[in-house]
Amino acid sequence: MSGPSAPRPIDRTDTLGSAHTGVHDWWAERLSAMALAPLSLWFLAGIALHARSDYEAWLAWLREPLSAVLMMLLLISLFRHLELGLRVVIEDYMHSAAKVTALIAMRLFCFALAVAGLAATLRILLGH
Amino acid sequence: MSQHPPISQAPRPLSPNIQHYRPQLTSVLSILHRLTGVLLAAAAIGLVLGLWAVASGPSGYTIARAACTSPPGLALLAIATWAFFMHLCGGIRHLLWDAGRGFELAAIYQGGWTIVGASVLLSALLWLAAWRLVP
Repeated sequence: MSGPSAPRPIDRTDTLGSAHTGVHDWWAERLSAMALAPLSLWFLAGIALHARSDYEAWLAWLREPLSAVLMMLLLISLFRHLELGLRVVIEDYMHSAAKVTALIAMRLFCFALAVAGLAATLRILLGH
Repeated sequence: MSQHPPISQAPRPLSPNIQHYRPQLTSVLSILHRLTGVLLAAAAIGLVLGLWAVASGPSGYTIARAACTSPPGLALLAIATWAFFMHLCGGIRHLLWDAGRGFELAAIYQGGWTIVGASVLLSALLWLAAWRLVP
């Protein structure tokens, strides 16, 4: 290499600092975790309380408006958190084309499961 | 295509070569946090299936109940319970680290053994509550 070098791509960004969007997923993983802690404990307590209940009692519990709201919040935060967590696992252990395929499949699957869970919750709430 | 000089295509070892390290509480719990997270992905699928079963009426509920109370079903639920409390306790520990707390070596080991004990204790308490053995 000799003579004055052409501007490198990094020269355009060298002094600009952070774009401030890099921590978005990091925050979303923590925020969904903070939501999940109480929501999942509510759900497990409900399961334990209804372990010996019949169908009518389960239905009565899940049809309470508060139960439906908490269940929907649980599903949204659960599958958001799952998507972010599995993404890191896939990115760390899979490589090249398999990684991209797995990431796409996993993210679509998480979204589909969240919608399926929300639909089931609404179906329980509204009857069929 | 590549502007780099040709390099050997021989497979190279990938870091962190985990098989060469003596297992320690710190590394084992780190791996367990990921492993329990992946296990809980399966539990999340089970949650959606369970909701669909209840939504589909008494027959769906009966099938789901039979699956959950069968020996393999109970074993999977027991594993899922422990995985949940392990991941929850480990997650709270991670949030405390994110807040900048608990980085001293003594605190790392104290916290590590605490979540191991807490995850087993909380799992046992939940199952005892489900069996109506504790209020």
